[in-house]
Amino acid sequence: MIETGTEEYSADNGTQLTPEGAIANLQSSDLSLRYYAAWWLGKNRVSQPEAVDALIAALEDEADRTELGGYPLRRNAARALGKLGNCKAVPGLITCLECSDFYVREAAAESLALLGDKSAVPKLIQLLDGGVAQAVQVPGRPHLTQPYEAVLEALGAIGATEAISLIRPFLEHPLPRVQCAAARSLYQLTQDPVYGEFLVKMLADGDLKLRRVVLGDLGAIGYLGAADAIAQAQVENSFKLIALKGLLENQLPDELDNPSISPEAIRVMNLMDSLL
Amino acid sequence: TAVKNLAAAKDPAAIPTFIAVFGYNNPAAAAVAVAALTEFGDLAVPELLNQIDDYNYGARAYSIRTLAAIADPRALDVLISTAATDFAPSVRRAAAKGLGHLNWHKLDVSQRQLAINRALEALLFISQDADWSIRYAAVVGLQALAKVPEVQQTIVAKFSDMLHSDREKAVRARVRLAYTQ
Repeated sequence: MIETGTEEYSADNGTQLTPEGAIANLQSSDLSLRYYAAWWLGKNRVSQPEAVDALIAALEDEADRTELGGYPLRRNAARALGKLGNCKAVPGLITCLECSDFYVREAAAESLALLGDKSAVPKLIQLLDGGVAQAVQVPGRPHLTQPYEAVLEALGAIGATEAISLIRPFLEHPLPRVQCAAARSLYQLTQDPVYGEFLVKMLADGDLKLRRVVLGDLGAIGYLGAADAIAQAQVENSFKLIALKGLLENQLPDELDNPSISPEAIRVMNLMDSLL
Repeated sequence: TAVKNLAAAKDPAAIPTFIAVFGYNNPAAAAVAVAALTEFGDLAVPELLNQIDDYNYGARAYSIRTLAAIADPRALDVLISTAATDFAPSVRRAAAKGLGHLNWHKLDVSQRQLAINRALEALLFISQDADWSIRYAAVVGLQALAKVPEVQQTIVAKFSDMLHSDREKAVRARVRLAYTQ
């Protein structure tokens, strides 16, 4: 299978930043240095308390604004905090769910999904207010009124079973991407294979971009029933390998307790081997 | 279908044409060409090595996959440099897997050990790569190479090391699978 231009390049960014330098740069008078520092701290997973505190402070930045009123530094800070794994960031991220900038709300929801803290659930549920009827495109913008995919996925990742009845209608949202996010979330909340099969069907029917999204979803939920469909999907091998890795990890118990490998895990690895 | 008809003819004169198909950005045609060239086997190797496309990585990936499938040790140099330094992870993975499966018995006894050691060295090197999928492919290559008695002990030691040190559960699982097979 041909793989056109979408693969990750293993390039090094070649900068001389240190964790201390990046933390200091978050206060720099040069806004572009702040923006870069926030990204850099997340990418390099600099999780020392000073970095976390500085990034939390950056969630309230007022200096860095776009022409449309967006908050670029807040977006990067919110994304970075998801990667650092420190739940101290949760209250600040929850506040970001009310930010006027769509992309700040989206980044906050994604990071809250990674941090998995239950206290975010009520505010996340609020973003679903009005249900599917409200989930329409903002005129003149390339996005919906709320970051629905990120919110639905966060509710699933956090285990917000109280949101199941609010999530289910999104299976019928006009956008397939949103339907997939709902299915992914519902699978995580119920473990009902019907939602896994929903995604498998999307993998067969969707266009290339959607197929890549669905592979990400199937990998995230580790739905074993999708293994063969993933291996045969018309998508670049790199995406398929990552999805199968998600399935595999879901089949691996704690190694110290149980060093043997299940037949299911072996089957997934055989598929992965065939994609190398 | 033109490619399929050409494949049915099994005429070695068509080898360069099949390789050219790799550059057409047509996965279905390329799959037929890979199968046809693999069937030619060793006969196709000199042309494959000659015609590797340095600019089109899609085409290069097909060449490397085909060379890996034919497993002729004349591809050793290309597979080593590809596995270690190519910028496209998919091509590196194909090369790594191929390095473990070469038909060593086709080499003179005088060259064989050197060639095996070079493949081993390349695979040990990339088993430390930053990209988990490259390390995974290195394990698959090393597992195959471990069939050679002279290098088995080194590979088992490497596996035992990776079992403790690799940070990805999936890679460690693949190492454990290699142990049991």
